[in-house]
Amino acid sequence: MNHAVNEPRSYLDAPYGVASWLLTKDHKRIALLYLISITVFFLIGALFAAGIRAELMTPEGDLFTADMYNKLFTLHGVVMVFFFLIPSIPATLGNFLVPIMCGAKDLAFPKINLLSWYLYLIGATLTLGAVFMGGVDTGWTFYTPYSSMASNTNVTLAAVGVFIAGFSSILTGFNFVVTIHRMRAPGLTWFRMPLFLWAMYATSLVMILGTPVVAITLLMVGAEAALGFGIFDPRVGGDPVLFQHLFWFYSHPAVYIMILPGMGVISELVAAVSRKQIFGYSFVAYSSLAIAIIGFLVWGHHMFVSSQSIYAGLVFSIITMIVAVPSAVKTFNWTATLYRGSITWESPTYWVIGFIGLFLVGGLTGLFLGAMGLDVHLHDTYFVVAHFHYIMVGGGVMAFLGGVHFWWPKMTGRTYPETLGKISAVLVFVGFNLTFLPQFVVGYLGMPRRYHAYPEEFQILNVVSTGGASVLGIGYLLIIGYLVASMFKPRNATANPWGATGLEWDIPSPPTTFNFEIDPVVTEDAYNYAGRAQKTGDN
Amino acid sequence: MSHVSSKGLYYTIFISLIILTGVTVAIARVDLGAWNTPIALAVAAVKATLVILFFMGVRNNTPLTKVVAASGFLWLIILFGITMGDYLTRSWLGIPGR
Amino acid sequence: MHPAHENHGGHHPMLQHHFFNMGQQLEASILGMWVFLVTEVMFFGGLFMAYLLYRTLYPAAWLAGSHELNEVLGGLNTVVLICSSLTMALAVRAAQVGARMAQIVNIILTMGFGTTFLVVKYYEYAAKFEHHLVPGAHFDPTREPAQQLYFSLYFMMTGIHALHMVVGLGIMAWILYGAWKGHFNAEYFAPVEIAGLYWHFVDIVWIFLFPLLYLIGKHQ
Ligand code: HEM
Ligand SMILES: [Cu+2]
Repeated sequence: MNHAVNEPRSYLDAPYGVASWLLTKDHKRIALLYLISITVFFLIGALFAAGIRAELMTPEGDLFTADMYNKLFTLHGVVMVFFFLIPSIPATLGNFLVPIMCGAKDLAFPKINLLSWYLYLIGATLTLGAVFMGGVDTGWTFYTPYSSMASNTNVTLAAVGVFIAGFSSILTGFNFVVTIHRMRAPGLTWFRMPLFLWAMYATSLVMILGTPVVAITLLMVGAEAALGFGIFDPRVGGDPVLFQHLFWFYSHPAVYIMILPGMGVISELVAAVSRKQIFGYSFVAYSSLAIAIIGFLVWGHHMFVSSQSIYAGLVFSIITMIVAVPSAVKTFNWTATLYRGSITWESPTYWVIGFIGLFLVGGLTGLFLGAMGLDVHLHDTYFVVAHFHYIMVGGGVMAFLGGVHFWWPKMTGRTYPETLGKISAVLVFVGFNLTFLPQFVVGYLGMPRRYHAYPEEFQILNVVSTGGASVLGIGYLLIIGYLVASMFKPRNATANPWGATGLEWDIPSPPTTFNFEIDPVVTEDAYNYAGRAQKTGDN
Repeated sequence: MSHVSSKGLYYTIFISLIILTGVTVAIARVDLGAWNTPIALAVAAVKATLVILFFMGVRNNTPLTKVVAASGFLWLIILFGITMGDYLTRSWLGIPGR
Repeated sequence: MHPAHENHGGHHPMLQHHFFNMGQQLEASILGMWVFLVTEVMFFGGLFMAYLLYRTLYPAAWLAGSHELNEVLGGLNTVVLICSSLTMALAVRAAQVGARMAQIVNIILTMGFGTTFLVVKYYEYAAKFEHHLVPGAHFDPTREPAQQLYFSLYFMMTGIHALHMVVGLGIMAWILYGAWKGHFNAEYFAPVEIAGLYWHFVDIVWIFLFPLLYLIGKHQ
């Protein structure tokens, strides 16, 4: 190494060696460890999805048995939700950026941060173990009695895996909350924080308040399956619907764990690509908190056609309409920010636009489903599947990829070919719509979810969907390809390739181990693009 | 931050907790109809509050800590309230099984 | 250079590199512990939710189940835990004022009370096994099935609580080691403080479990 002794080295270089990575307490290295692991799980989950789409090419259940198909969609859901999407943005971009955006050297509890990665790995390994032992067939929701009375023992293993992964996400959220409260740089008041921090804060609240409930619920299911404790067993008076209450008390808020970070990323990107202060900053900030809080009051919209009281359903339906408001506030404010912004057509821009469009469709169809009467028709059809994929893949994954493209130069010190970045964004957008738009139609026409065979008249739409999925898959592989390839090229990224504001752009790409050579003091609002332009104009 | 309370305070709280335990046991032996459990819970809540405020030192802590300490209980109320709201209103329609 | 960097030599040895000073470090760990306790509240909350629902649905089963519990042992354990909370609070205080011997004595007392609690719990559990009150295949068939719900929840709630006690004893052993070595003083007592928070929380759970499980319908 030809570095001068005193020159601080980038976090990628020092210290050196495998052990220094596996035992690292550096939030940036942990972010990369997470990035690699969730990519692996994304690919595994995608493999299961490919199986599902292949089976649905034809109306007959010819490729897989019904049992096998049940296992495929269960594993797809479990892997994608718990081992990819929930950790995706928080554990990678969040881990990397939260301390830097706070102006801190690290998260408040670096060792716990590392522990969370190991817990994630242990949980993921156990769940994969359940796959190899013969799979799980309950659906990602682990509903009783599929998961208890009618289960094979693999459910317990998979549930334990998810339980442990839950603790990894609790630890991440816990670290973020303490860091944001206690480690902000001097001058960084709450309303000067980048909106990504607000979003991560709101996400962390949901992780902290919700995840333990699903953990104990899975433990109760485990006690039922393994020990014969009949907590949800109707034979001793237990109620399977109680499981649904407890599960959705976490899992509706959990869908916001999956989308709030994406919203945070998009807020950063929108400001950067339109070179403007975010329109209505405080509304966007507060709407994150509103989503986190109101999101806890609507879980019963997943249970309209369980034996839930229709009065409860009525209340859930109304609050569901209300929870859409803060999401709409964000969408309006992003659009208003783009409006008359000096938009630069760089690859992050494509992901931003894609996100806003797809999230809009997902959110609006959520309102359809939240209308209690309509949901009787739509529940458990492909309409629901399309809805949540629009939000989780169209919204969550688009935002994640947008964020990865935006911060890649910062994280790795490398740039990728801009043209490929744009092409892949378009491929993903087109492929995604081809895959899931037909599912709205076919679901509305009455095709139920979670069956391996279907009536012939649905075939055309399903073939379109499978074709679209191939395009989508090519888009994703392309991204992985050129991002990995960029790692073998020399470091060529400048400190601030996008001309963006924010503490992370004031330090080198890639940053040094402790982020800041001089402890930062914040003196201006976030996204002060106007001020910055003025400054350069004055020179 | 590092506020040191007197030992006497801790002893006082300890004695109160023991007395309240006695109260819980005693009240359980009196027939108060539907009120037995709510009162037992109220006494438990008082005991928990004493522990939180004095033994755990929330009394001398930042407002933030107070909010955090309260939030868990608030969220439990959401969980309990809404879930029971479902079960308790099921019979309102008067249609069996609905 | 910023002043926070200059005095590296003068730092407290227990100050981690990413904090500015001991005050920030202490505040972060206390907030962290409280946030963790919120997750614990929610974790137990799921069980209390099941308890609330089934007790509402099956009051008779709850009455019958509760009558099988030993109120004296439950009450004894309540007192034992309150004693342990007192000694714990005194241990934290001893750390704050830097009294090494008082820390050691109080931590040992706390561990003693904790162990007593677990021993009593062991005898209670053994009795339940003997009387076929453990849910599952061997549950006493003459009893109303819904009583299995009561005992399922009894075992899960007290079992997870006892597990927390075991973890707590482990933490106490670690704190005891630090106290023995004289690590804790007015400037650095965060580990004792957060261990104390955990211990008190476990006590609070029991404060609720005792009347909810042991004291139903004692007047009948
Ligand atoms: C914008 C407001 C939203 C509304 C009003 C809404 C409404 C709904 C409703 C009513 C259902 C139940 C449909 C049924 O099963 O019959 C549902 C399902 C679902 N939603 Fe949303 N949603 C919204 C946002 C989101 C977000 C942001 C996500 C994820 C990031 C999401 C993910 C899901 C998932 C995963 C399911 C299906 C769960 C399953 O049954 O497997 N939703 N949504
Ligand atoms: Cu929902």
